[in-house]
Amino acid sequence: MIRLDEHDRDMLAALSEDATLSAAALGRRCGLSQPATWRRLERLREAGVLAGRRVELDLEALGFGVTVFLGVKLATKGRVSLEDFERAVMAIPEVQTVQHVLGLYDYRLRVVARDLPDFERVLRRRIMTLPGVGNVEANVLLSEERLAGPL
Amino acid sequence: MQITDVDRRILRQLLAAPDARAGELAARAGVTPSVWSRRVERLRAGGVIRRERARIGWAALGYAVEVSLRFTLDKTEPRAFDEFLDAARQVPEVTAIQTFLGRVDVRLHVIARDMPHYQEVYRARILTLPHIADIEALMHVATLKDAASLPI
Repeated sequence: MIRLDEHDRDMLAALSEDATLSAAALGRRCGLSQPATWRRLERLREAGVLAGRRVELDLEALGFGVTVFLGVKLATKGRVSLEDFERAVMAIPEVQTVQHVLGLYDYRLRVVARDLPDFERVLRRRIMTLPGVGNVEANVLLSEERLAGPL
Repeated sequence: MQITDVDRRILRQLLAAPDARAGELAARAGVTPSVWSRRVERLRAGGVIRRERARIGWAALGYAVEVSLRFTLDKTEPRAFDEFLDAARQVPEVTAIQTFLGRVDVRLHVIARDMPHYQEVYRARILTLPHIADIEALMHVATLKDAASLPI
């Protein structure tokens, strides 16, 4: 497993706030030369610690006023029904995230919609008609913040 | 800010492959690289692109356990939300906080190295958060889709 030093941690914390920083700007911030920064970035990428970029959009400006998290319990289980469900749910454009979980629900979905009537349409026409779907719980997202984590 | 069809095309490509080179994405969106960079700059300045963050591969750093903790808070206490959220932000293993309208009030995304470490975090840092009425845990098995894609 890769070991991180203080410089690596500083770089990761800075990039998890702003991934568009150039190697030069990042180096200045962390007190490293540009080539040294670049070499460290390469190493972090290779180890899978820098796992890409996440683009955060102003969903409301794009006409998506509602984000809902759904907890879905399957009514019937077995390998075939899991695969059918997963294939169908991943193809729904309004479903941004699909997580297989253990606990009260089998799957956790993140769904975007234009407004509540639009969400109702997605829920009725797309989610409730999924193969094997059982109990569904909906929670409307009010706020979200991401934290740097244990760096 | 006015968002045109070209902007939507650009955002679609950016969301589909945020790590691809700008030149490649411009070609996919059917615009020249200079139009691409001008438009992306404008979308950033206008706040449509809020920010771009690096994804940290926690598994590569030895964090194998991922749990969604769903909380119901004691709403008879008017400061319950603020005090709970302030305290949750101080827990290093919490990587995301969401608040909801529904049966669940708050969700914390918690990572840990392994189950003993999770148990330690859960007992020492989570159960001690203020104003908890109820907690449910969902253990993550796999993330099958995390596209941030939008039907735009």
